[in-house]
Amino acid sequence: MAGSNPNAKPMDITLKVWRQKDRNAIGQMVTYPLKGISPDMSFLEMLDVLNEDLLLKGEDPVAFDHDCREGICGMCSLFINGRPHGPERGTTTCQLHMRHFKDGDTITIEPWRAAAFPVHKDLVVDRSAFDRIQQAGGYVSVNTGGVPDANAIPIPKSIADKAFDAATCIGCGACVAACKNASAMLFVSAKVSQLAMLPQGKTERKTRVENMVAQMDIEGFGACTNTGACAAECPVGISLENINMLRSEFVYAKATSENV
Amino acid sequence: MNWFTKTFSSTVGRKIVMSVTGLFLCSFLVVHLIGNLQLFRNDGGAAFNLYSDFMAHNGVIRFMELILVAGFLFHIYDAIVLTSRNKKARPVDYVNNHPEQNSTWSSRNMGLLGTVILVFLIIHLWNFFVPARFGGLEGVVIEDVEYDNLYLRVVQSFQIWWYVAIYVIAMVALAYHLIHGFQSAFQTLGLDHKKYTPFIQKFGVAFSIIVCLGFAIIPLYFFFLV
Repeated sequence: MAGSNPNAKPMDITLKVWRQKDRNAIGQMVTYPLKGISPDMSFLEMLDVLNEDLLLKGEDPVAFDHDCREGICGMCSLFINGRPHGPERGTTTCQLHMRHFKDGDTITIEPWRAAAFPVHKDLVVDRSAFDRIQQAGGYVSVNTGGVPDANAIPIPKSIADKAFDAATCIGCGACVAACKNASAMLFVSAKVSQLAMLPQGKTERKTRVENMVAQMDIEGFGACTNTGACAAECPVGISLENINMLRSEFVYAKATSENV
Repeated sequence: MNWFTKTFSSTVGRKIVMSVTGLFLCSFLVVHLIGNLQLFRNDGGAAFNLYSDFMAHNGVIRFMELILVAGFLFHIYDAIVLTSRNKKARPVDYVNNHPEQNSTWSSRNMGLLGTVILVFLIIHLWNFFVPARFGGLEGVVIEDVEYDNLYLRVVQSFQIWWYVAIYVIAMVALAYHLIHGFQSAFQTLGLDHKKYTPFIQKFGVAFSIIVCLGFAIIPLYFFFLV
């Protein structure tokens, strides 16, 4: 297998995993020793091994979110050893490999912690608050008609690049998980600024930021203290510049929108 | 709610209030420190007493005093509202958390630092502002006119070691509060550009250290040298 290390020795590790039966149950950390974990496994594959063990023993497997396992869908989460998506920078949990841990390590795994992200079961949290924020204004309305020419609307390269960088947000919620205030500002700002920068997004520019910030507050996320923890932990490197852009968009909209 | 109250009761709006009041309070620090430099004049406190008399009786200063009080109250009120909201936003904490790997200590402890500064402020006002403003100081005659001798109160206060210690500790807290707060205030206003943000960040650190050092030197000067 490409990239695998034939000399890598299997590791024994101890997992401390948050187990919670359902939304209303009281959860707790449960310890699971694991033997013979390959350093080439991804973190989620290691959890698959744990779950196979648990199933064979007739126990309830650990529930965790995952989908593409390629780092692009934003489904995986997990607060690993005190950091969202684990200790590596710019990495989603599915792209984190066991070679970053040592034989004999104890690894704690917790769900995202936020009032707006209630725990469904074990490590799975309900992130539909993000969907509702998106529905409040994270879109452009495109009227039907003929397909416009691709280069009809000139966009400076620097703006296009910044908008694209903001658009790489996968909505995983690591920013909320990392923030001491469980603030969703990095997520919301990426969605706001991505569209605010482009001509197609200017039409709904003011109502977008007003409605998305209002929905963010309704969902019960905290306020931003500019600690920068969100951007430091973001697996796709969304910049704090977006948060500052959201603020100037907010001030501009509040001062000039028709919404009295 | 109308648009105005909606704006300033949202999390983003409240932070704008924190930011504007915070920068205003920074400007007050500069004025206060420059005024306090009168303490270093070797004239038995005459210049300082004349200065404090001016500050206590000038109409413009008295008006600005009200704005200053409002600045403090809004800054503290919004800090309390936001902090309680932020606590509610994470009702269950992590068992294992390593925030030191993704953010600075001062940025995570603005509330704690602010509380230390508030306690200091109350002690400071009680000892100097209240008697200077509402009476209780000894008199001193400067050029045949009697003034309140605030200078004497300064000299006496800073002979007490633990009082000096309170001041120095408070100024360290203020320095850390400003090191995060100064540059953060500009970000909160959405003022962010690669042309000037690096300057604001460096200026903010220099401002915090110089201003707080300037204030901290005063009690140390009177304790060790006067």
